Amino acid sequence: MSQTHEGRLPAAYLRAGSASFAEFLGEHAPTLLPGGRALPVGTAMEAPHGTTIVALVCAGGVVMAGDRRATMGSLIANRDMDKVFATDEFSVVGIAGTAGVAIELVKLYQVELEHYEKIEGTLMSLEGKANRLATMLRGNLGLAMQGLSVLPVFAGYDPDQQAGRIFSYDVTGGCYPERDHHCIGSGSLFARGALKKLWHPQMSSEQAVAIAVEALYDAAEDDSATGGPDVGRQIWPRVAVIDGQGVRFVGDDDLESMVLALVQARRGNPGGAR
Amino acid sequence: MTMPFYVSPEQLMKDRADFARKGIARGRMVVVAQYDGGIAFLAENPSRTLHKVSEIYDRIGFAAVGKYNEFENLRVAGIRYADLRGYSYDRSDVTARALANAYAQTLGAVFTEQSKPYEVEIVVAEVGHSADGDQIYRLTYDGSVADERGFVAMGGAAEQAERRLEEQWRPGMSLAEALRLGYGVLAADPAGGAARELGAEQLEAAVLDRSRPRRTFRRIGVATLAQLLSETSTVTDLPQDEG
Repeated sequence: MSQTHEGRLPAAYLRAGSASFAEFLGEHAPTLLPGGRALPVGTAMEAPHGTTIVALVCAGGVVMAGDRRATMGSLIANRDMDKVFATDEFSVVGIAGTAGVAIELVKLYQVELEHYEKIEGTLMSLEGKANRLATMLRGNLGLAMQGLSVLPVFAGYDPDQQAGRIFSYDVTGGCYPERDHHCIGSGSLFARGALKKLWHPQMSSEQAVAIAVEALYDAAEDDSATGGPDVGRQIWPRVAVIDGQGVRFVGDDDLESMVLALVQARRGNPGGAR
Repeated sequence: MTMPFYVSPEQLMKDRADFARKGIARGRMVVVAQYDGGIAFLAENPSRTLHKVSEIYDRIGFAAVGKYNEFENLRVAGIRYADLRGYSYDRSDVTARALANAYAQTLGAVFTEQSKPYEVEIVVAEVGHSADGDQIYRLTYDGSVADERGFVAMGGAAEQAERRLEEQWRPGMSLAEALRLGYGVLAADPAGGAARELGAEQLEAAVLDRSRPRRTFRRIGVATLAQLLSETSTVTDLPQDEG
């Protein structure tokens, strides 16, 4: 190739074919992929970890909520980290595990979905989106085996079924559709217990948001790595509602009144018995 | 055995340019014009799916005339370029100027190095935070770039169209006014006869809407376009919920 036009777009850009940004990166700039870097041999290191995410289906959609804490060992690394991300107009991802790798993965995933949408001129199907995330996770297996694992949960609105759906993953890239509700992260056991007792089919999105906040509150009670609502600093869980209108995040004012009501209701009844 | 004939470089370039120009003039026209709320694209395109106008990035749009496979190739390359840049730097670091330069180098290289130039003409437009920040770059088959003010017409009888736009376009037009002006230009008969009747379904329209928060590109549906183009309608801008 002649060097007379150095600023021209490289041949990889002009190649016909894939609508996948991750595949393009893999060919053209593999070092930019989260799993594309060579790792030094050795034991796992300590890096900030994100903790609990809950996702639950409601009437006509799905709700996802995450606490805001990141921990490094017994230390609180971050009090107001976002772990629930809108990935396109109709889907969200919540992450648990090594925060740095997880956020990079989500960022790549967001570009992947937008890239497909722009090139193909249409939205990817919900299963397609869930499978793309699984593929990316598979590329991350090397990191996971060194202790830098990432575990996402994916939720979105399926326009074909006109309902919200949840997909869970394992570190090897297995992708599993979940019914009703799902929790990930260190506090997930406690949150799951809470959701089992609080969730009903066909809940309204308002009710679903309220019990998501309550499930996170229960998780924070028993898991030291999950952050409860911080009234002093006014840090509330991040809660997303996804329905036919798209993704919206619940406002701080609504969450504040919800959390204050919850704290009040738990006075003298710390387990929230009904 | 065939004898290689000597062809002067002037003649070679001229032949290629004529070839590309002819190919482009055969195609249907695209008009890009600034309006008060952003930049509007209007193309004559009976297909609903093979687009001439499309989104490159948050504030950047793309319009093309000529051979579909060639400009589609450039469009995809532009999206890859923008997404890669946005991913490795920041979303705000993706600019139409840099993309126009990359396109210019690519078109220039193809024009001089390959036996057949691309028969395309493209516009890369970026909507600014105010009308002063809007940028419209026109790129031709040989890699020339022009920084255009206000409007561009490409394909078909582009010269007559540009003259008409020159006379009638003014800054601060509403979306409906800009689209009607574009429609008048597309429908005009270059031979000077009566204007054609084009239905909204034969047109492809989109805007880069300055007021939208992140991705500003928005296609205009057939029904909305028909309303905007109608002289009697009171609709002058896009409804907020259509997208």
